[in-house]
Amino acid sequence: MSKVIATLSDAIREAGLKDGMTVSFHHHLRNGDFVLNMVMEEIARQGIKGLTVQASSLFDCHYPLIEHIRNGVVCRIETDYMNGQIAKAISEGLMERPVLFRSHGGRPAAIDSGRVTIDVAFIAAPASDPMGNANGISGPSACGSLGYAIPDSRRAKKAVIITDNLLPYPLSPASIEETDVDLVVKVDSIGDPKGIVSGTTRMTRDPVALTIARYAAQVIEHSGLLKEGFSFQTGAGGASLAVTQYLKPIMKRLGITGSFGLGGITGYLVDMLEEGYFTSLMDVQCFDLKAVESISKNPLHKEISASRYASPLAKSAAVNALDVVVLGATQIDTGFNVNVHTDSNGYITGGSGGHSDTAAGAKLAMIVAPLFRARLPIVVDKVLCTSTPGSTVDVLVTQRGVAVNPQRKELKDMLKAGGLPVYEIEELKQLAENYTGAPKPSRPFGRTVAEVEYRDFSIIDRIGCVER
Amino acid sequence: MNIVRLAVAGTLESNDVLVSVAPGEGRVEIEVESIVLDQFGENIRQAAQEVIGEIGITSAKVRLEDRGALDCTVKARVETALRRAGEAQK
Amino acid sequence: MRRTMLFIPGNSPAMLLNADIHQSDAVILDLEDAVAPAEKDAARVLVRNAIKTLGFSGTEIIVRLNPLDTEYIRDDLETVIPLKPSLVMPTKVSDAGYIQQVSAIMTQVEEKHGIPVGTVGIIALLETAEGIENAYQIAKADKRVKALFLGAEDLTSDLQAARTKKGDEILYARGRIVMAARAAQVDVYDTPFTDVNDDDGLSKDAEFAKGLGFTGKAAISPRHVAAINEVFSPSEKEIAYAREVMDVIEEAKKLGKGAISLHGKMVDKPIVDRARRVLEAAAALGLGGYEHE
Repeated sequence: MSKVIATLSDAIREAGLKDGMTVSFHHHLRNGDFVLNMVMEEIARQGIKGLTVQASSLFDCHYPLIEHIRNGVVCRIETDYMNGQIAKAISEGLMERPVLFRSHGGRPAAIDSGRVTIDVAFIAAPASDPMGNANGISGPSACGSLGYAIPDSRRAKKAVIITDNLLPYPLSPASIEETDVDLVVKVDSIGDPKGIVSGTTRMTRDPVALTIARYAAQVIEHSGLLKEGFSFQTGAGGASLAVTQYLKPIMKRLGITGSFGLGGITGYLVDMLEEGYFTSLMDVQCFDLKAVESISKNPLHKEISASRYASPLAKSAAVNALDVVVLGATQIDTGFNVNVHTDSNGYITGGSGGHSDTAAGAKLAMIVAPLFRARLPIVVDKVLCTSTPGSTVDVLVTQRGVAVNPQRKELKDMLKAGGLPVYEIEELKQLAENYTGAPKPSRPFGRTVAEVEYRDFSIIDRIGCVER
Repeated sequence: MNIVRLAVAGTLESNDVLVSVAPGEGRVEIEVESIVLDQFGENIRQAAQEVIGEIGITSAKVRLEDRGALDCTVKARVETALRRAGEAQK
Repeated sequence: MRRTMLFIPGNSPAMLLNADIHQSDAVILDLEDAVAPAEKDAARVLVRNAIKTLGFSGTEIIVRLNPLDTEYIRDDLETVIPLKPSLVMPTKVSDAGYIQQVSAIMTQVEEKHGIPVGTVGIIALLETAEGIENAYQIAKADKRVKALFLGAEDLTSDLQAARTKKGDEILYARGRIVMAARAAQVDVYDTPFTDVNDDDGLSKDAEFAKGLGFTGKAAISPRHVAAINEVFSPSEKEIAYAREVMDVIEEAKKLGKGAISLHGKMVDKPIVDRARRVLEAAAALGLGGYEHE
């Protein structure tokens, strides 16, 4: 027997896709993904309507979804993150039913627990054998880890592998296993490598971001957590990534070896693994070619599923073993609630991703952000959208000072003793407004266009329509 | 000071503002475009007006394309543009 | 205590806005080379407004001026002197007469604005062979002169020498300017290190300058500030030794001893003076130099 089906069209029919069902996609091919668009186009051609798209993230390249929504092919979106044209259209009221935002941990929890039913998972795979043993480490569209696709493959009623790199059985290693796969389709190309991973993640040269990163590393040093076995996660952009640059010499000076680096993995964390600063990496998503190469070669660089990464319903998850996570924010309010879903004008520009999961799990959740961006203060009285509740956020680091959550008095004392410029968060807000002036409050927003489901499945906030 | 020619000052870089000044029709017209118009549109207009008043301009068209400039930058760019557009003095 | 002077381009609002976050002891707001001729007027107004409103949280402000032979310097001074920056930096300073001319304009502006004459000081940028040869006269030219500053890029071009990382071509100039400044009892600053990707080279260059007697060093990149500060701050070892020196001096005074030795070496006046300077610097930097006294 073979699971290989000649065309995508046949695969969709064979999988039994009908009106009103739920289809799922992962985002490992990021802004280079061809698969979601090609599947949705074929579904539309077959006249299937009223689908729910269950995607771990949506990017600008997925703009054709806008037409599918207008034409009734898609009537519901559930995702952990979205940006670009689709996010803008949704903010302006494209969809009748609100988008449901989850987190990277909440999504697998919902899938694993049966709260979400996936009828057909369409899984882009950079390499697969004819039985559906698949991985992300080889082929023209190599993306490294396939962590976000694993829960979908295990729980979907039908799992369809879509690959442009069909290899002989048995493919090893197998991130997705044949036991979970129903069908395999070979297509010409699943993605544009330029959009999938960056060649090299570039370290920022922005002196403001570097100053923030230097303070962030000092906060870690004086947090009491930087000791043997230290574990760490940071983002791939700006000040977050630059923290690694300042953390390394501190770990060296103190002679500390960390246990694991977690999350989206960049070449900088790979360097730290190879230079012995960490003994392992747990990788749910690769951000650059160096990370892809490392995960394919280095047994200490491990792929993990989204469930193992962050699911609150898993018997245990890696985020709960995390010492420090460094996170970004578009806004943070004086109650330490963080917005990563919208910009300061209320437009959707992102989503939680793993933000709220790592903040909840890590012993120290640190937000790094400039005091203001283009005249908009980062600290506000009330965030436009609560993505991550303030009870899980410990410290805000800006280029002019650090604010500690009042719940963490001992941390505040340690940072002060370490010589960091520690302020109340209200003082940082005032400091910013001394430069910018007080921003006029935003206009009222319209009907709900998106709901934010926290990792405990409660709705923690709603995003309103932006009226232009 | 009289505005006698077209002039610009500033840039479209982040935290800056591009100010264009042209001779007016007997009154001062200020046009503001900004990435933070909702939050700071009024502050930007006020800052421009202040400088125009201080220099004593009564007729000019002033257009600001703002990229998140602080008031001190708005004022600097407006002042420079006005002086560049004004009749040569001293 | 001024170990670092960080250059900030005068016409960049984004850079001016964050000029004071890099832990540099002073910032040099640059109206000269960092500003295109067509933007001199814009930079001047922007720098003026920035000094007036931003505060710079205690960082010392220095404004680099355009050269005396340009049409710009008078406007530069008329615009910035009323804001009382700590120092202004005349450029391509060739001789004492140059400083006296700049000082005369400063005096006019100070008088016009009711500012006590002499409020604003001068740090003279020497970046020509003639300037280096006249270094001592320049340092002594006017009471306003608080420091000399070596500019190696223009100097090497004037010397018709190639600028190298090792810096043999500026060794004489470095020695000469330190000698002149110390003789005139003013501070002296080393040229910036220009490779932003060579942290090791930066530290070595700064160590070398400190060894020659420079007070501190300029920086063209915020990323250079921390390393320069470290080199020009007294080390823990230096502070500990200085304390020992002061302790044995105290001890000897009590006992009425004349000749004093520490670790088998004579402690004479130069050693005591140095120890005192180290402790003063440490105290100024909050490194606890004099806390036990």
